[in-house]
Amino acid sequence: MTTRIGLYPNFIAFYTLVYREIIRFTRIWTQTLLPPAITMSLYFLIFGKFIGSQIRHIDGYTYIQYIVPGLVMMSIMTNAYANTASSFFLTKFNKSIEEMLVSPMSSLIILLGFTIGGTIRGILVGTIVLIISQLFTHLPVYHLSIVISMALLAAMVFSLGGLINGIYAKRFDDISFIPTFVLTPLTYLGGVFYSIKQLPPAWRTLSMFNPILDMVDTFRYGILGVSDLNIYLGFSLVIALFVFMFLWAWSLLHRGVGIKA
Amino acid sequence: MTALSVQQLKKVYSNGTSALKGIDLEVAEGDFFALLGQNGAGKSTTIGIICSLVNKTSGKVVVFGHDTDQELAKAKSLIGVVPQEMNFSLFDKISNILITQAGYYGTPKHIAAARMEMYLKEMSLWEMRDQPAFKLSGGMKRRLMIARALMSAPKLLILDEPTAGVDIELRHHLWRFLKKINEQGTTIILTTHYLEEAEQLCKNVAIIDHGEIIENANMKSLINRLNSQTVVLDIAASLSECPMLEDYSARLTDETTLEVEINRGQSINDLFQLLSRHQIIVTSMRNKTNRLEELFIHLISENKKVET
Repeated sequence: MTTRIGLYPNFIAFYTLVYREIIRFTRIWTQTLLPPAITMSLYFLIFGKFIGSQIRHIDGYTYIQYIVPGLVMMSIMTNAYANTASSFFLTKFNKSIEEMLVSPMSSLIILLGFTIGGTIRGILVGTIVLIISQLFTHLPVYHLSIVISMALLAAMVFSLGGLINGIYAKRFDDISFIPTFVLTPLTYLGGVFYSIKQLPPAWRTLSMFNPILDMVDTFRYGILGVSDLNIYLGFSLVIALFVFMFLWAWSLLHRGVGIKA
Repeated sequence: MTALSVQQLKKVYSNGTSALKGIDLEVAEGDFFALLGQNGAGKSTTIGIICSLVNKTSGKVVVFGHDTDQELAKAKSLIGVVPQEMNFSLFDKISNILITQAGYYGTPKHIAAARMEMYLKEMSLWEMRDQPAFKLSGGMKRRLMIARALMSAPKLLILDEPTAGVDIELRHHLWRFLKKINEQGTTIILTTHYLEEAEQLCKNVAIIDHGEIIENANMKSLINRLNSQTVVLDIAASLSECPMLEDYSARLTDETTLEVEINRGQSINDLFQLLSRHQIIVTSMRNKTNRLEELFIHLISENKKVET
């Protein structure tokens, strides 16, 4: 009996899932790509131009130059997370997840397909925001490889986070709870708008436990060449977080948590 | 070759409900097999486990020699499923739903495109291919799910109530289509509440009740086990009282309708001779209920008696 499994059919399945994800978020671009572009333009205008012009330089850069890397990273993280959380939950909600579960696609391919889909949206939004930022300021890029690798790592970590959220979610409210009450505070307190050197010692120590700080700081180092933390340690922590999230999401999908009775 | 072998399959849901109590099933390659049962009997759970939508508690499922515990992907690559409830995104285009499903099975796009055209035409949906799925009627959505299940050219097609809510004309069209693909070699497992459908289409049948298989037999031999059947006769002239028909039990339901119970061994010819002697002219005759339906009700009620 001939069965159709193997490397090539698996690649087709993976490609199909990624393509489906890209079609999904581009079809609703007014909900997925346009809002972050508008929001970030307002950030650049208000915090960068209006308020930022009255703030002193940080590490030799104007305030708008200092916050752009953080805002780009924030866009990457929130969009990568939102994409997988909402896409996976809706797939569960309308039961089209069954189309995947009955097929020979492994849980690893489902995991990779959703994660890469979220990563692509995160990177695409980050690129749009970076292009818009050029209307307001000029940025040097000191280490392009660090910029690209940290953007990809952060997008994948948050894409996996969104997937885990989508797996556990039982109601629509469940996919907005974590972004609203956990991710947004952590992002705003993750050094997007300030250097942690400006914080009192207690807050500085507390900030060290925020992994978003490592992502923002390392990404900023890649663009501006300045950092508050050890970037090697930052990379190591983010890679460790990625491995942890990957294994967690894979285990959930493999066991059918939230998707199989 | 055995298309599907289910051995001692058990399922206990997290709320403690025991949906399957160790069922055994064998479906031969090329069979058209009916899995019948009342609502909540365990049909959908069985199908869910075979298709990997439900985690089993224990037992074994083997599809064309591939044990789902060891070779799940190989087993699933041979199965196509038409579920009871709609399970596609209503906002996706019809063509995308089919091409995407084929892609999940690893089917290259050019092959998928050719199959999509063939099955959408077969299901009279070709003109709608660029429309989003929410524009389809209920019957069209059912046909779409059948087309989708066939996109991977499955060796085993599982249909969970595929004609529920479908009009008679379309139902007959689907029956002809399913018969054709069965004759071409696809093994089919069907669950349905239309027992006439099962009787018309299926060669073998299993009846499941309260998570147990209470009957598993060849359709013809099962039907032959019926001890009696009731026929409804429309008669030409009005009768004021029910005629005495010797060994036959009869009753007059209205002036021109007679119901007669024919036991196994009794002949319909004899009945007609008897009616002629009473100068009763029969204008038409039909079974009161579907034969399989009578048997089904009998078996289920017998099982209830055993349980109590």
